[in-house]
Amino acid sequence: MNEILNLMESDAKLTAEEIAVMLGKETGDVSSMIEKYESDGVILGYRAVVDWDKTDREYVTAFIEIKITPRRDRGFDALAERIYKYPEVKSLYLMSGGYDLACIIEGRTMKEVAYFVAQKLAPMEDVISTATHFVLRKYKSDGVVFGAVEEDTRGHDFI
Amino acid sequence: MKPYSELLSKTAVALEPSGIRKFFDILDEMDDVISLTVGQPDFITPWHIRMAGIESLEAGRTYYTSNKGLLSLRESIARYMSRRFSLEYDPNSEITVTVGGSEAIDAAVRAVCNPGDEVIIPVPCFVCYEPIVRLAGGVPVLCETVAEDGFRPSPSRLSKLITPRTKLLILPFPNNPTGAILDKYDLQRIADVLDGTDILVLSDEIYAELTYGERHVSIASVPGMRERCIIASGFSKAYAMTGWRLGYVCAPEEISRQIFKIHQYAIMCAPTTSQYAAIEALEYGDDDIEMMRGEYDRRRRFIVDGLRKLGLETFEPDGAFYVWCHVGAFGMDSEEFCRRLLYEHGVAIVPGTAFGKCGEGYARISYAYSVDHIKKALERIGRFLSTL
Repeated sequence: MNEILNLMESDAKLTAEEIAVMLGKETGDVSSMIEKYESDGVILGYRAVVDWDKTDREYVTAFIEIKITPRRDRGFDALAERIYKYPEVKSLYLMSGGYDLACIIEGRTMKEVAYFVAQKLAPMEDVISTATHFVLRKYKSDGVVFGAVEEDTRGHDFI
Repeated sequence: MKPYSELLSKTAVALEPSGIRKFFDILDEMDDVISLTVGQPDFITPWHIRMAGIESLEAGRTYYTSNKGLLSLRESIARYMSRRFSLEYDPNSEITVTVGGSEAIDAAVRAVCNPGDEVIIPVPCFVCYEPIVRLAGGVPVLCETVAEDGFRPSPSRLSKLITPRTKLLILPFPNNPTGAILDKYDLQRIADVLDGTDILVLSDEIYAELTYGERHVSIASVPGMRERCIIASGFSKAYAMTGWRLGYVCAPEEISRQIFKIHQYAIMCAPTTSQYAAIEALEYGDDDIEMMRGEYDRRRRFIVDGLRKLGLETFEPDGAFYVWCHVGAFGMDSEEFCRRLLYEHGVAIVPGTAFGKCGEGYARISYAYSVDHIKKALERIGRFLSTL
């Protein structure tokens, strides 16, 4: 039953009617499935994949490794919540391995990111250490290759 | 010196150039054309398959392989034929790796045809069979397939075309351009017609992995048919490997021996890099096939629905990636319909007559394109139809 989600994940602009045709279902059934996905929080939102490098917007992305002390009772969740509530934080993951939280943040300048790490993240109680890596170039994100616009170079005279 | 037409091979000179050439020349010169003409996948060969080719180059595997193709590839083909189609072929003596399915067809026809032998070809069909038969000295006998039969060769029509000179029946299914397939029942009925004759079958199964209902069944798996069947297939459509030019032909040993000689003298061997990539495809590519088939299937439903909503009568395709669409209801022939659609609304589709005279009244529309591309094309086709 994930076929609707699979389709929408690759193209959120598809209408319920189009999806119904492609999957051989009734439009009404697809619409109500989508509504259910939305109300159940399976589908959390819809948005465009933007390559900001092609615009004049200035921004930097940093990948921060965070080591923390887990709290009794709530483990890592309490601190994770305190961190992800900052709007600068684009993604936050609990990791296995050499550190605990992987945090991806975006800022307008390196200075802004440095300020966030130094003033907000590092001083937090239970944060043991941070290591900040700046992204130099985004090649692929969420399955989308950035920078490349594919041209159809197929020979069309083979019928 | 005499005019070239007198010097050159009469057979070659007499061949009709592909009628569609002019149409494509126009297309090349136009801007803002949405094309639905292409006869090849829009997917790029899956990366792990490309990597296998790249690694073979890095490892310096740049020599000819054995004439028949790498033994390990032939073994993979044998396992694949067994796994997917329940057919057993000996990799040592019954499989030849060729330069695409096209060479497989050419070598097979040349291996069986004597001058004057008749070869039955169901039409409309892919453009190569008739010229290849003529080049082999054979005589093409066209067996028209019609909408009422679902564009499947009717056994009664077939029987009527059989003469003492009939050598070969070509079965190109799943079919380009109609998208028709043959199921077990159809194949059994054809087998019944052939039973008691000495007619061989060349089954072009290049689209075997692209069927959208039941899985493809090979005529060679019908009881009693294997000994008279030659299967031509390849990697182009199943694995999106058109540019690698790699195919194969499976046939009983005696037939394979003749095919092999023709291949050996004409070609030497298929491209080495492609052969290494093909092993990877066969051994680890089943998921890729599923992914691409799923995508084609969704586009197929989308485009058939879209065309029908626009009022175009469309044959429901069960295989390949084409829609065979009836365009004969607008007071013009197929070519004019396609020319006007191209000139006036910038959408290119292939007139049915490119696939034989009996394609008049039809056009082939490829859905080897993204849904967005198809959507835009449908909008324009709709605008065109509203002016008629």
